[in-house]
Amino acid sequence: MLTNRSKVVVNKQMTFLERIYLPAIFKGMGITLRHFFKKKNTVAYPEVQREFSPVYRGLHVLKRDEQGRENCTACGLCAVACPAEAITMTAAERQKGEEKLYREEKYAAVYEINMLRCIFCGLCEEACPKDAIYLTDRIVPSDYERPSFIFGKDLLVEGIAPEQRVDVSKRKK
Amino acid sequence: MFETSILIQKTVLVMVVFGITLFMAMYSTFAERKVAAFFQDRLGPNRAGIFGLLQPLADGVKMFMKEDFIPTNAARTLFILGPGIAMFVACMTGAVIPWGTSFTGFGLNVPLQVADVNIGILYIVGFLSIGVYGIMIGGWASNNKYSLYSAIRASSQMISYELAMGLSIISIIMLSGSLSLREIVAGQTGFNWNVWYQPLGFLIFFICAVAECNRAPFDLPECETELIGGYHTEYSSMKLGFYLFAEYINMFISSAVTATVYFGGYNFPGVNPDALWGMAGPMVLFTKIIFFIFLFMWIRWTLPRFRYDQLMHVGWKGLIPLAILNMLLTGAGVLLFSK
Repeated sequence: MLTNRSKVVVNKQMTFLERIYLPAIFKGMGITLRHFFKKKNTVAYPEVQREFSPVYRGLHVLKRDEQGRENCTACGLCAVACPAEAITMTAAERQKGEEKLYREEKYAAVYEINMLRCIFCGLCEEACPKDAIYLTDRIVPSDYERPSFIFGKDLLVEGIAPEQRVDVSKRKK
Repeated sequence: MFETSILIQKTVLVMVVFGITLFMAMYSTFAERKVAAFFQDRLGPNRAGIFGLLQPLADGVKMFMKEDFIPTNAARTLFILGPGIAMFVACMTGAVIPWGTSFTGFGLNVPLQVADVNIGILYIVGFLSIGVYGIMIGGWASNNKYSLYSAIRASSQMISYELAMGLSIISIIMLSGSLSLREIVAGQTGFNWNVWYQPLGFLIFFICAVAECNRAPFDLPECETELIGGYHTEYSSMKLGFYLFAEYINMFISSAVTATVYFGGYNFPGVNPDALWGMAGPMVLFTKIIFFIFLFMWIRWTLPRFRYDQLMHVGWKGLIPLAILNMLLTGAGVLLFSK
């Protein structure tokens, strides 16, 4: 015997109580009645949203600092770390007068993540030395066309206003 | 003049009973989904209207909007006739049930029963057995093997369980000495219900009623896994709707008959069925009916389906001998303690 889970088959005759079914039926009805009054598991989705686990990795965000300047310096470490090669970017030099927009002298003029390639592993977040990219608890919306899954800076960078900021404190260790 | 007023009274009563029957059936579909959900730790439909109360309307609209398809090789006339019979028969049985003593008010005194037939209980048994024709004809006319199987199953099941049902009703007739439903109810004043004298008869009757309604655990004619819907596999749109609806009407009527024959109908201790213009009676009766509808659903969402041989076993070797025994005991009892 490899395991001790094997069962010996017995052709046991049913007893009288088993043959008239009724005791078993009443027992079963008792069980279902208990479930009738139990707390329901349903989460009424659009109104009630279940909290994601802190390790959940969803749609990316490009963070700004407290003064609203973009953190990203277009170093390219995230693109190198990305195993799915989903990230592309073009770097540009910060011009005079743009100090309020970008934190350092170099910034990403184009920053694109292909959400169909992305495997949401979170390595970009780990690679980032500037606290710029994080994975959030938001979900990438579905769509009909492939091009619409290439998310540019318009969709990735968080807003400046306090209510538009994306909270990533749970992802920071 | 006298006859016109009777005609108007009866017409109004027929409309009301018909309306209430359809309303109850409509909300039974909703209740079924809700009850099923609650038994399975879910919430059930709750989006259409508050608590999902408009769900039956949405379902109805959906049914009407579907394409009404008739297969090429189906027997056209019979195919259309099938759901019609099922629906018609289901609606007819409400006529003889005494919903209350009588409505008094506005200078009127209307007995709350469409037709006080003196063989009321036979009428119901008769119509219930015609009910299987809807399923049989529909299943046969579909020209589909699964539907045919289902039709055969339905008819054999009906035959097997009608016998036991009839035999258990005979005991009631022996007790009440009448076939009229009104007199059967009138004999059960207060808490003097037939179920206390006929517990075994009630059990047999109720099991048979579940089987006659083709409800789980006796839903072999439409079992999803083996017959893919059975007799209504080929049906769509409102024809399918009629079949499904007829099942709920049957359930409502079966509950009404059970409440009437075994649970005192409109009688309840401490409640005068003539109070509130005679509306207290119907209220009591409907409370009982709703309880039995819930019981039907409770059983459905608890038990798995019987196997075909088990079904026949229970019917022929279990219920029929028991019903005969019950009949003999009742006969002896009536003879010994006759009133």
